[in-house]
Amino acid sequence: MAEQLLSGAEIILKALKDQGVEVIFGYPGGAVLPIYDALFKQNDLRHILVRHEQAAVHAAEGYARSTGKVGCVLVTSGPGATNAVTGLTDALLDSIPLVCISGQVPTHLIGNDAFQEADTTGITRSCTKHNYLVKDVANLARTLHEAFLVARSGRPGPVLIDIPKDVQFNEGPYVAPHEVRHKTYRPQVKPDLARVEEAIDLIAGAKRPIFYVGGGVVNSGPLASKLLTAFVRMTGYPCTNTLMGLGTFPASDPQFLGMLGMHGTYEANLAMHGCDVMIAVGARFDDRVTGKIADFAPGSKKIHIDIDPSSINKNVRVDVPVIGDAAHVLEDMIRLWKARQKRPDQAALRDWWSQINIWRKRDCLRYQKTDKIIKPQYALERLREAIRGVDHYITTEVGQHQMWAAQFLPFDQPNRWLTSGGLGTMGYGLPAAIGVQIAHPEALVVDVAGEASIMMNIQEMSTAVQYGAPVKVFILNNQYMGMVRQWQELLHGSRYSESQLTSMPDFIKLAEAFGAVGLRATKVSELDDVIGEMIATRRPVIVDIAVDPTENCFPMIPGGRAHNEMLLGPADRTEDSTPEDGMVLV
Amino acid sequence: MPNDLTNKIEKHTIAVLVDNEPGVLARVIGLFSGRGYNIESLTVSEVDKENNLSRITVVTSGTRMIVEQIKAQLERLVPVHRVRDLTDEGPCIERELALVKVVGTGERRNEAMRIAGIFNARVVDATLSSFIFELTGTAHELGDFIGLMSELGLVEISRTGVVAISRGAAGF
Ligand SMILES: Cc1cc2nc3c(=O)[nH]c(=O)nc-3n(C[C@H](O)[C@H](O)[C@H](O)COP(=O)(O)OP(=O)(O)OC[C@H]3O[C@@H](n4cnc5c(N)ncnc54)[C@H](O)[C@@H]3O)c2cc1C
Ligand SMILES: Cc1ncc(C[n+]2csc(CCOP(=O)(O)OP(=O)(O)O)c2C)c(N)n1
Ligand SMILES: [Mg+2]
Repeated sequence: MAEQLLSGAEIILKALKDQGVEVIFGYPGGAVLPIYDALFKQNDLRHILVRHEQAAVHAAEGYARSTGKVGCVLVTSGPGATNAVTGLTDALLDSIPLVCISGQVPTHLIGNDAFQEADTTGITRSCTKHNYLVKDVANLARTLHEAFLVARSGRPGPVLIDIPKDVQFNEGPYVAPHEVRHKTYRPQVKPDLARVEEAIDLIAGAKRPIFYVGGGVVNSGPLASKLLTAFVRMTGYPCTNTLMGLGTFPASDPQFLGMLGMHGTYEANLAMHGCDVMIAVGARFDDRVTGKIADFAPGSKKIHIDIDPSSINKNVRVDVPVIGDAAHVLEDMIRLWKARQKRPDQAALRDWWSQINIWRKRDCLRYQKTDKIIKPQYALERLREAIRGVDHYITTEVGQHQMWAAQFLPFDQPNRWLTSGGLGTMGYGLPAAIGVQIAHPEALVVDVAGEASIMMNIQEMSTAVQYGAPVKVFILNNQYMGMVRQWQELLHGSRYSESQLTSMPDFIKLAEAFGAVGLRATKVSELDDVIGEMIATRRPVIVDIAVDPTENCFPMIPGGRAHNEMLLGPADRTEDSTPEDGMVLV
Repeated sequence: MPNDLTNKIEKHTIAVLVDNEPGVLARVIGLFSGRGYNIESLTVSEVDKENNLSRITVVTSGTRMIVEQIKAQLERLVPVHRVRDLTDEGPCIERELALVKVVGTGERRNEAMRIAGIFNARVVDATLSSFIFELTGTAHELGDFIGLMSELGLVEISRTGVVAISRGAAGF
């Protein structure tokens, strides 16, 4: 029987379906019209039309991070592809699995500076995990399947496939996913058991242990969080999360010390500083976490569980690297821990916890409570109370509000907290929330936002309205690029250069102009009602909360400082004492 | 090995077997420039037509931690099949080829010819006033030769960069 031939566009959609894709976030243009035509003729794949390609990528990130599936994006050539670059870079730094299909000018025009031509594979080479230019329709199906494999396996990341328009029209054969196997790409999933044995010996012998757990445990899937939680409880050791790892260990558990790092808790950072054994699981020793490398957890032995060998010894030298998928490694650890009948040193552990409890008593997230003005922390505490028991997801923009959200909103499950950690992309939160809402139509999805960040992708309100995605934009409006203002105050002599936003829109009118609902709270007494109304409204809502413009986010470890040199509140000053080499750090 | 605490800068010759596909060299070079690693020399050529494989030889330098990082990053590239640190694996054979154009007459010309003889350089082109020498050797030997020729009318050099292979019976 002759092989059945399909057009390139049909092959693309069939491959997406066979890869389990249900939703594509995209924006049309000349170079992808054949794909849009094929989309028109089918009903299996849902297309979400965004208002800007950057938002398509963030929405796909939100979809992916909240479901554990690969997010899918479709953009046109030239400006469509270049607009996607920030989103792709964001996904790369936060290890989010995406497949982005971009249209390209027809093969015979490539290199001629054709209309809307950009060297998309060249531009995206360093902001994708891998990318492809498909010049022959015969390779199209295979390449698509390979792209999904690369995006989701190992350390996940974004993969781009650039497809010239003629390839979308040409006819070629289809191959099914199971027929595709990459020649060499095989990330290591199962750990070397000798390393696991070494690790559990070290863990069992610890006197001042700590688990330092990151986003890799989210990447590994919900089972990894379950195993991690079980193992941490089995040992009785304290556990801290990175910004990306929040939710992998239940925030409500007494063994949880909160987030660590630049804006982490006093107890988490001092426990890291004073530990003798550190168990890093799916965390990458980011500079926001380590502070000054030379003084990072001095005198500790470090175990590092990570699927990516290049994460090992990148920033910090570790003693026991365990390469593998977090769930697989934790499963082996638990099995061997039981088989070897390991018991922690209870006396040492008691001392360690009593030390930690002294640190906890500093109550480092305490802030000045007042009924004269809404403190941003207070607004989040009220939000926290209002959404307790409601099935919810939180996304954020970037700035102080993001850090406060990390400090004040508790997560007991993975995949519920979505934030731009590595790239710190203002404008991430709203489109990501839309992506989450598309995947979880019944859930409450809140974007905790700053008034500056929200302006970066505000156009997506229009998308939310079009699809009836009832996302809530919860703006902590401090009239400043607060995070910038805070650094200027603490490190640049309060010279507030270009960090105040003097002409901002009326967010209520703006919401209404988009066809959404606008709400505002300016007094403490209005807060609970506004939050209540926000939650009760089954439409997209922008909530404008007027918060204290001068509030700073503490604790804070200034650049170039160690974990035990934290600023705990407004009384701690740093300006004169910040080391010069610390000033240059971001 | 990676835990060796020295910050000594070491020079390493790394062989990388890659799929011979468009963009693969850009990926490797982009990795070095994007992450701020040194490239002292880089060569590439197809080595296995049937399996469509190319071999890249790169000479780089950095602390032990950086060299380990370079290898891990190279291994992460999807079209990379294998990465081997020839410097770490014991003695290897390293060779480079140079074409050296020297212009001169009279005694200088004779002296250039004499030195070429000492170095076992071949004359691959000659006019009444010029020679092109072909010399194969270690990068160090080539450097010495070029150093001497610079006194004797050197006008142009073209070098291949280092290719290397491990000693003994074992293959890649
Ligand atoms: C304004 C601002 C302030 C910030 N302040 C802080 C702060 O105070 N504290 C903080 O923690 N962060 C902070 N961040 C975030 C920070 O920049 C990093 O994004 C974050 O610390 C990285 O988290 P992570 O180590 O969990 O790594 P991720 O980026 O989540 O990386 C995951 C790691 O796990 C590995 N991995 C992936 N999949 C698996 C698997 N299946 N099994 C095992 N391993 C796997 C990966 O190889 C990688 O090493 C801040 C960001 C911003 C924008
Ligand atoms: C796209 C982008 N541009 C610039 C920055 C630098 N930056 C980090 S936080 C911040 C201010 C954010 O202000 P706002 O959204 O109001 O949040 P706040 O800190 O006030 O809570 C800026 C400009 C960034 N992270 N992303
Ligand atoms: Mg602000």
